[in-house]
Amino acid sequence: MKKINFKSFPDKNGHFKDYGGKYVSETLMYPLEELEKAYNKIAKSPAFKKELLNELHNYVGRPTPMYHASRISKDLGSCNIYLKREDLNHTGAHKINNAMGQAMLAKKMGKKRIIAETGAGQHGVATATACARYNLECVVYMGSDDIQRQKVNVYRMKLLGAKVIPVDSGSRTLKDALNEALRDWVSNVDDTHYIIGSVAGPHPYPMIVRDFQSVIGTESKSQMKKINKKVDILVACVGGGSNAIGLFYPYLNDNVAIYGVEAGGFGLNTNKHAAPLNKGKPGILHGNKTYIMENSNGQIESTHSISAGLDYPGVGPEHSLLKDLNRVKYVSVTDKEALKAFYYLTEQEGIIPALETAHALAYAFKLARKQSKKNILINLSGRGDKDIDTIATLQGIVI
Amino acid sequence: MNRIAQVFKEKETAFITYLICGDPDIRSTEKIMHQMVKSGVDIIELGVPFTDPIADGPTIQRGVERCLQKNISLTDVFTLIKNFRKKDLSTPIVIMGYMNPINKMGVHKFAKKAKLIGVDGVLIVDLPPEESMLINQLLRENNLDQIFLASPTTKSSRLKKIIDMSSGYLYYVSLKGITGSSISDFSELKKRVIYIKKTSNNNLPITVGFGIKNSVIAKNISKFADGIIIGSSIVELIEKNLKNKKVMFNKINLFIKDISRSLASK
Repeated sequence: MKKINFKSFPDKNGHFKDYGGKYVSETLMYPLEELEKAYNKIAKSPAFKKELLNELHNYVGRPTPMYHASRISKDLGSCNIYLKREDLNHTGAHKINNAMGQAMLAKKMGKKRIIAETGAGQHGVATATACARYNLECVVYMGSDDIQRQKVNVYRMKLLGAKVIPVDSGSRTLKDALNEALRDWVSNVDDTHYIIGSVAGPHPYPMIVRDFQSVIGTESKSQMKKINKKVDILVACVGGGSNAIGLFYPYLNDNVAIYGVEAGGFGLNTNKHAAPLNKGKPGILHGNKTYIMENSNGQIESTHSISAGLDYPGVGPEHSLLKDLNRVKYVSVTDKEALKAFYYLTEQEGIIPALETAHALAYAFKLARKQSKKNILINLSGRGDKDIDTIATLQGIVI
Repeated sequence: MNRIAQVFKEKETAFITYLICGDPDIRSTEKIMHQMVKSGVDIIELGVPFTDPIADGPTIQRGVERCLQKNISLTDVFTLIKNFRKKDLSTPIVIMGYMNPINKMGVHKFAKKAKLIGVDGVLIVDLPPEESMLINQLLRENNLDQIFLASPTTKSSRLKKIIDMSSGYLYYVSLKGITGSSISDFSELKKRVIYIKKTSNNNLPITVGFGIKNSVIAKNISKFADGIIIGSSIVELIEKNLKNKKVMFNKINLFIKDISRSLASK
């Protein structure tokens, strides 16, 4: 059988085979084309790459460490667990990798105003930060339910000079914030760039965000090489899937087992989860074709996850392709399992992970218990400071 | 000649209205449709409620949410049209909506069913020509028109592609923005519409929608466009009079008559 080059997508029309594409109203076709052209011309130039690398090094704090979690490795059996410490990035998550790249691109495109959507607030904070750095006006759309559960991040964005606009339509979460940001963009395309925070949205976004996040996997490869270790298993959490694709992409053609972990919420057999790759069907949402959660009428269903960042009914189209090609195995972890992993890592390694990341940890720990002598690399995509309120409330503590 | 072509042959400026199926309820939608026809509407675009209407402004979004609370589906849209056709065999109906509910039903089934119950055209807001290959072919096979959008940002090379795939009419979005916004520059709009007509060799009626809120704007645009489309203003009249349907029907009727008169008197 002919070997598939997993890194040959998307095609020139933005399709990942059946998935991806540009399912948008006519008004957005021109700005998307303009963005794609600018991206190919500016962002792929050696000068841009050099400048971005310099920014990532001096401003963001890259390369992030590759940490061998020896206590938990030993406690769980014979596997070695490595953590790619994206939580140690400036602003505390992988989101800044993409925000910096796109803000720099927007500035060079002559845009004055940046809009973004955010769920947990991490992408909003990262975008607000990059906008402060590059002197760009910043407007962040956030579902009013998410504003309630992520108050600290809302305040951070305001301190950074961003305007946070609550979104009261639909399910008042990430998907509705994305709708509102798209509406803003349609109305203000001349001076505004939209920084999508995940590998979702219409082409070229899934490609651009993946490329900017791929620094995670590229760094990981060279770091593991340096310590002479071969990675056997990669694990990352998948909401929209940007941290996951960032880690996976550089490894796609390598002999490595890859797991993407979706939010199982109260369990896949309830309807309270956010696992479209496990339980959804291909459909069209937010400008692309991908696995989504919908009802029998094709209406998008509201999702549930303990982590706002995974609470999304769609997923990046490249993940849909990787699922169909059986290149990545998409699994899920419940709220409860994620919480357990959250406490475990905090107590055993002194690292407080984001609740999103805790999903990847929970599944990786399961694997570590079952497998022997494997090197497991987990994308520690973000730190858990933003979730402290949620955790304390669960424990019945008022901070 | 199909019903849509017939309208553009007979009318100098076609009067097209949009309303959401099930707003404020299914029976009222049908009643408003018949009443609209009586008062001078030529083509009705019937909206399919969808949870994530990315091209619509707040007024239509709220209308859609009203319908979703009652679980109005694409199947209900078909049922409504079937009932409407029992009394009206001449007014063209265009189904307007987003791709996912159609995808869920299955495009083959959708096209067949639409033809069977008397739909004339289909406008899928988030389906540009690039993603329309299959459905365009299926609609053609069933003698249904696919209406596409063109916007102020559409470049001439794409415009040709859009016109090639369009039949029935072209829906020119008058402004950069969402439904319910306001038009600011009429002379620019006129230039664009005339340019698009030329590009299509006058073979495709060019209609204008978005931002037409009263008879003055409607009349202005009717001087150069083949049709005008009004949506948000009607949905707003429904929303403002939810408590009294009699008043609602009456106000919509007066509004429609006013626009209709202004189109006739140019």
